[in-house]
Amino acid sequence: MNSILVAPSIMVGLGLFFGAILAVSQRFLKVEEDPRIEGTNDMLPGNNCGACGEPGCLPFAEKLVDGSVNVSSCTVASADDIEMIAEYLQVDAGEQEKLVARLRCGGGSRQAQQIAEYQGFDSCRAAAIVSGGGKGCAWGCLGLADCEIACTFDAIHMNDNGLPQVDTEKCTACPDCMDACPKDLFELRPLSQKLYVQCNIPLSGEVATRLCSTACDACEKCVADAAPGLIHMENTLPVIDYSAGGPATPEATFRCQTNSITWLEGEQFQDQEQIPDSPDKRYA
Amino acid sequence: MNTLGLLRRNFDHGVHPAHLKKQTEDLAIQRVPFVSHYVMPLGQHIGVPCRPVVKVGERVGRGQLIAEPGGFVSTALHSPVTGTISEIDDFRGADGQFAPAIQIEADPYATQQPDSSAGIDWRSLSLEAFIGEVQKAGIVGMGGAAFPSHVKFSVPDGIKIRHLLINGAECEPYLTNDHRLMVERPEDLLMGAEIVRQKLGAEETIIGVEMNKPEAIEILQRHIQPGQPVRVVPLKVKYPQGAEKMLIKTVFDREVPAGQLPRDVEVSVNNVGTIVAIADYFLRGLPSIERIVTVSGPGASYPANLIVPLGTPVREVLRFCGGLKDETREVIMGGPMMGRPTASLDVPVLKGTSGILAFTEAETARPKEYPCIRCARCLEACPYFLNPSRFARLARARMFDEMEQYSVMDCVECGCCTFACPSHIPIVQLIRTGKDALRNRKEKPE
Repeated sequence: MNSILVAPSIMVGLGLFFGAILAVSQRFLKVEEDPRIEGTNDMLPGNNCGACGEPGCLPFAEKLVDGSVNVSSCTVASADDIEMIAEYLQVDAGEQEKLVARLRCGGGSRQAQQIAEYQGFDSCRAAAIVSGGGKGCAWGCLGLADCEIACTFDAIHMNDNGLPQVDTEKCTACPDCMDACPKDLFELRPLSQKLYVQCNIPLSGEVATRLCSTACDACEKCVADAAPGLIHMENTLPVIDYSAGGPATPEATFRCQTNSITWLEGEQFQDQEQIPDSPDKRYA
Repeated sequence: MNTLGLLRRNFDHGVHPAHLKKQTEDLAIQRVPFVSHYVMPLGQHIGVPCRPVVKVGERVGRGQLIAEPGGFVSTALHSPVTGTISEIDDFRGADGQFAPAIQIEADPYATQQPDSSAGIDWRSLSLEAFIGEVQKAGIVGMGGAAFPSHVKFSVPDGIKIRHLLINGAECEPYLTNDHRLMVERPEDLLMGAEIVRQKLGAEETIIGVEMNKPEAIEILQRHIQPGQPVRVVPLKVKYPQGAEKMLIKTVFDREVPAGQLPRDVEVSVNNVGTIVAIADYFLRGLPSIERIVTVSGPGASYPANLIVPLGTPVREVLRFCGGLKDETREVIMGGPMMGRPTASLDVPVLKGTSGILAFTEAETARPKEYPCIRCARCLEACPYFLNPSRFARLARARMFDEMEQYSVMDCVECGCCTFACPSHIPIVQLIRTGKDALRNRKEKPE
């Protein structure tokens, strides 16, 4: 009779003992955490995408409470959310221009010359190391959707021309696609900058246009047509310097023979119809 | 050596692909005629690219220096032809990327007599001078990796090379260029081996030849002079016998630890072609301006073993061999196990191009891929004791950092795992993808 009570009483005794230790340590060793960190974290989108430069949303919330970063550094949260967080923390929301990922290549399967057929693992990086993936242009988009797979926000979809179409609404300017692209074709640009060079070819003249019908042939007409100083040539490609020159206008694109410089109203490749997201048809 | 010893001599794992050398093993080496243009990429070896020392429009003689080494792990480049430099620009290479290269327009009226002296008195050279000469000659590993030979010969203090191991395994199917060299130029091979052995101060030379080349073994054995410290070791036929670590395991029953080099076990491994190139330079003053290439495969009209001047477009080499058959679907530079397909036939033959193989639909059709059934055949095939199926899974999930943790960088991409896989998973391609991603990540730190 007695012996059966020994075990439970030891357990209860131990429980009370450790419980007492916990209660005491809770009282004397507790770490004060700013409750606003938790609150801010709850208001952040919680994607942990890293677009703000922090490892995730919680470290970003900590820095927000410190005051060392600006609320607008979060590119994912909507304007309302940002305002709400700024109000909650009693800080200025700051201003952040909406950035989107732009592809520095307009040469889809209809424009770029194909010199060989690639068969194998459907990945741009895998194709790029097999003799360049069979595309004549060694610098262009391979169209095997590494960026589409990498995108956290479902903002990139391949169109029927084999080019990734970035949904400017969904794009949060996190660097996922930039890291995934083996050709380093993505760059983050403010949505308001509409004049854009959609080519990455370091060749000029016929050598370039033979590889891709929309390649920049370095004719420099856009440089002449734009406001002075706005566009300058770096090697064989025009570079648009929004900080230096006058206003960017669509005039610079009018005389471009190959449409490698474009005026973007919203998305890139809008004239190219989007097809449903089926892996079989995607690479047809 | 008794039969039992012969049976024991082997490395673990590996695969047994068909030899497929019958097409070309009895064809004597022929010389490809000179063509009109040659393209010499500045980075056709592992390491730093060369620096051009010529200008456009300059006339160069065959064998004249056109680019000097860009650093220690780099080598010199010589003109394969007498002619004029027509362009120094970016040209498409076999990897699909454009890279700096020197284009030479051949002079159709020149004699193409190499512009070289009668050779070099190698006996009086010190080891340092010998290494310098090897670099000046532009000699790289001719087996396919194109690693500069002088770097291999430069051993740090405290390490002594005791054995010179000459790699005549030629374990890749189809390729017969090393075989023909051993059959046709055994004196040069043995002489080159003697030069290297004496300069490195090694005790003996061992030539490892796979047993599917009995003719080469017999001819080499006949040419060894009495008292010469050279042994020809017949090897069991198994892929990848020609990987230097595997060859050392077979011949010396010694393993080279991961991350270490053959010199750490007192061995220097050199390919047959490299040794003959060294003999060519020290005996005749001929730098590395041409190499032996096997043209073979079911798509080649007339398979051949050819002496090809470096920089010759693949198209011209194939044209000399009667062109490609209509049903050819793919052209591979190198052997079928490790070689890479080329997207353009205008790419030049390089120092590391051991073969040009043409394949038809039957060989290149992509087999239907099935899920991994965890049969572990790839583990049993991997001579480096890695786990290829795990790499494949991680690469597909794009978990490249995890691949690095499982030491994917020790993989030499020999292709055994893909060959062994019953589900036809392109394991090596997935591994290459992962390695490429890791390398790029290292190049651009955040």
